[in-house]
Amino acid sequence: MWAAFLRRAIMQGIPLLFGSTGEIVTEKSGNLNLGIPGVMYVGGIGGVIGAFLYEQNATKLNPILAVLIPLLCSLLGSLLMGLIYCFLTVSLRANQNVTGLALTTFGVGVGNFFGGSLVKLTGSDVPSINLTATSGYFSATLPIADKLGWFGQIFLSHSFLAYLAIFMALGSSFFLFKTRAGLRLRAVGESPATADAAGINVEKNKYLATCIGSMIAGLGGLYYVMDYANGVWSNDGFGDRGWLAIALVIFAVWKPHFSILGSILFGGLYIVHNYIPGLDVSGQELFKMLPYVVTILFLVGTSIGKKREAQPPSSLGLPYFREER
Amino acid sequence: MAENQRSEVPAIRLKGITKAFAGKVVANDNIDLSVYHGQILSILGENGSGKTTLMNVISGIYFPDHGHIYVDGEEVVMRSPKDALRHNIGMIHQHFKLVDVFSATENIILGLEDKSRYDLKQCVKQVKEIANQYGFEIDPERKIYDMSVSEKQTVEIIKVLYRGADILILDEPTAVLTPQETEKLFGVLRKMRDEGKAIIIITHKLHEVLSLSDKVTVLCKGKNVGTVVTAQTNEEELTELMVGKKVILNIDRSEPKNVQPRLIVKNLNCKGVEGVDVLKDINFTINSGEILGIAGIAGSGQKELLESIAGLQKCEGEIIFMDPESGEEKDLRKKTPLQIRDLGVSLSFVPEDRLGMGLVGNMNIVDNIMLRSYNKGKGVFLNRTESSELAEKIIKDLEVVTPGKTTPIRRLSGGNVQKVLVGREIAESPTVLMTAYPVRGLDINSSYMIYNLLNNQKESGTAVVFVGEDLDVLIALCDRILVLSSGHVSGIVDARKTSKAEIGLLMTQNTNKDGASDGRA
Repeated sequence: MWAAFLRRAIMQGIPLLFGSTGEIVTEKSGNLNLGIPGVMYVGGIGGVIGAFLYEQNATKLNPILAVLIPLLCSLLGSLLMGLIYCFLTVSLRANQNVTGLALTTFGVGVGNFFGGSLVKLTGSDVPSINLTATSGYFSATLPIADKLGWFGQIFLSHSFLAYLAIFMALGSSFFLFKTRAGLRLRAVGESPATADAAGINVEKNKYLATCIGSMIAGLGGLYYVMDYANGVWSNDGFGDRGWLAIALVIFAVWKPHFSILGSILFGGLYIVHNYIPGLDVSGQELFKMLPYVVTILFLVGTSIGKKREAQPPSSLGLPYFREER
Repeated sequence: MAENQRSEVPAIRLKGITKAFAGKVVANDNIDLSVYHGQILSILGENGSGKTTLMNVISGIYFPDHGHIYVDGEEVVMRSPKDALRHNIGMIHQHFKLVDVFSATENIILGLEDKSRYDLKQCVKQVKEIANQYGFEIDPERKIYDMSVSEKQTVEIIKVLYRGADILILDEPTAVLTPQETEKLFGVLRKMRDEGKAIIIITHKLHEVLSLSDKVTVLCKGKNVGTVVTAQTNEEELTELMVGKKVILNIDRSEPKNVQPRLIVKNLNCKGVEGVDVLKDINFTINSGEILGIAGIAGSGQKELLESIAGLQKCEGEIIFMDPESGEEKDLRKKTPLQIRDLGVSLSFVPEDRLGMGLVGNMNIVDNIMLRSYNKGKGVFLNRTESSELAEKIIKDLEVVTPGKTTPIRRLSGGNVQKVLVGREIAESPTVLMTAYPVRGLDINSSYMIYNLLNNQKESGTAVVFVGEDLDVLIALCDRILVLSSGHVSGIVDARKTSKAEIGLLMTQNTNKDGASDGRA
């Protein structure tokens, strides 16, 4: 039972890990992209559209294409979302909070619109799309996982996207804290005027970080549909995981490698109600609240501690204009 | 002076540099200047004379509207700070450009295009080498937020040297340093000059100019009013150049009547954010029926002084209000603005930062006037009638140009915003009226209107405080002038008998009693 719970916690945590890694990379450039829930939605529906079209038009599915097409569609969708955000906030200097929230609403709407349209195309009775074939390729696991007992179940029974998420988190941490380019990016988020005076292209860094961050986050949506939900898209199925990913950013104190364990913790807290016998509906909802409660308590803790490294980038949410006086 | 390495071609030469902001305010007007290798040039000027703007043009932060920049005889175009760095120009900003959560080394190597592997240990070693070469004491792995002001400045200087800069620009580097630290910095700068670097230093401390530089360029109201060789000049000549010729102003100044002490400030001390003394042992009296002017270089403690009296700033000392009706003495120290009002003291404050502290930009004129009187009236609902009438009166009397009284304040021009603010504060018929730079950014007519308003207040027995930057206005408007110099009162003079030169000298006087250096070296 413990192994099964941990495995589910990890699966629940992977979308959050993608989302928070993407958001950390974005926030390190000083862009507070509150559109992440929308970006993840678009990432998810992008994959669904790609998979749907390929399944409909191909007579026999090629395993590589069946993975590659949804993957690329998902990346393209979230890249577009990132570009919209950058154009509005960096080039036009729109308010970041308003833009982000608008993108979340927009992304959820896009997801539900295309989701609904695809359901209509299939002529199905239930309001969901089944992409079991594609999902089969996405959730393929190592064949040895079954033979290694609880160890295999917890650590080896996941799909390639899950390992990619962990790799992305570690890679992002390495990039941010161990490379020159990461140093430049962090300088942009901390103090764009300083970065500018040091000859760093602030706009370019913001654009790149936000777009790449969005693409990483979008993969969280893809993983959710193809793997966690076994290829079944239903409108609003993704729920509030996007917000949970943003909460995880705070919990991980803006360090992607911390969010790996954080995501498993959040994932576990999110599903723990299923493993507690005798809970009614209201009790379940109380348990679902736990990740947020943990985040709030954690925020209180870091605010009292005032450790400088645990604070958000200093210029987070602020626009930058060189000739401003 | 180092003759050895001075070259024939100026390290940097500016020709006809002009830069205007928002198309109106001309910060730099046709400025020429040049510095040679192995030379230190001081740029001297009052507040708003365009020194920092000019340096920002050289370092690529602002792009000039007109003019040419030559580096080592060749014309260059500086579109961004990156271009300036490529031409080996390094700027040390007044407000340090450092990332707080980075270590010294991380800040120093930031933005360098280096193809080699990112090896922080190697960089730390290089930073240590530079520090040893010039005699800096610094821990390269320390985080900036743990550093003192002078350590931060050291990091800035090493940053510029690490990039191999030949031309160094320092914007008021001594403003935040103790005299000992200043001496140390000057030692380093002299060493750099002797190694053939060209150095430009902005300052308004005359004794520093005289002890450090080889050449002085004086800016006044955006223009270059003269370049002199330091060895051939003195404080008096520089002051005269800096403050300009006397301008005759027609301000109706009446003789003060019924002068009585209204507010007595005793031994006022105040510490700033960085823990340095912003105000030190301030003693003075504000009298009724009189305008007290406050002069000083920007940041000499004017803001903190007014805010201490208004109850917005933590301070030590005594602030005693003499009630004109009861004759009672009331202590205003450590009281909030609301407590001061509850004491029955009618104190009005026109702050320097109009839209930040005085008015709410997104609210209209009537609502902004209500900010003063929201507590009046009964019940939970607002009563706009009174404020609305006052708004109409202010618009009419002060000739505020606005589409109507319900226009958001931020849509008005600076002068009109100021009129609304001053009008509101005067309508309270205060016993003490404090104004900080009330005519900043205003045209001549609006300025005169404000002067007349202040004079009317004075005649009706109000104690008026006027913090100003234009010495001509201070001399023509005020009765007495208090001069602040780095947080000390360097003198209180009679405005009818003083001269611009006298005030100018008091403003730039070195009043650090513990200072190692005093004046000429």
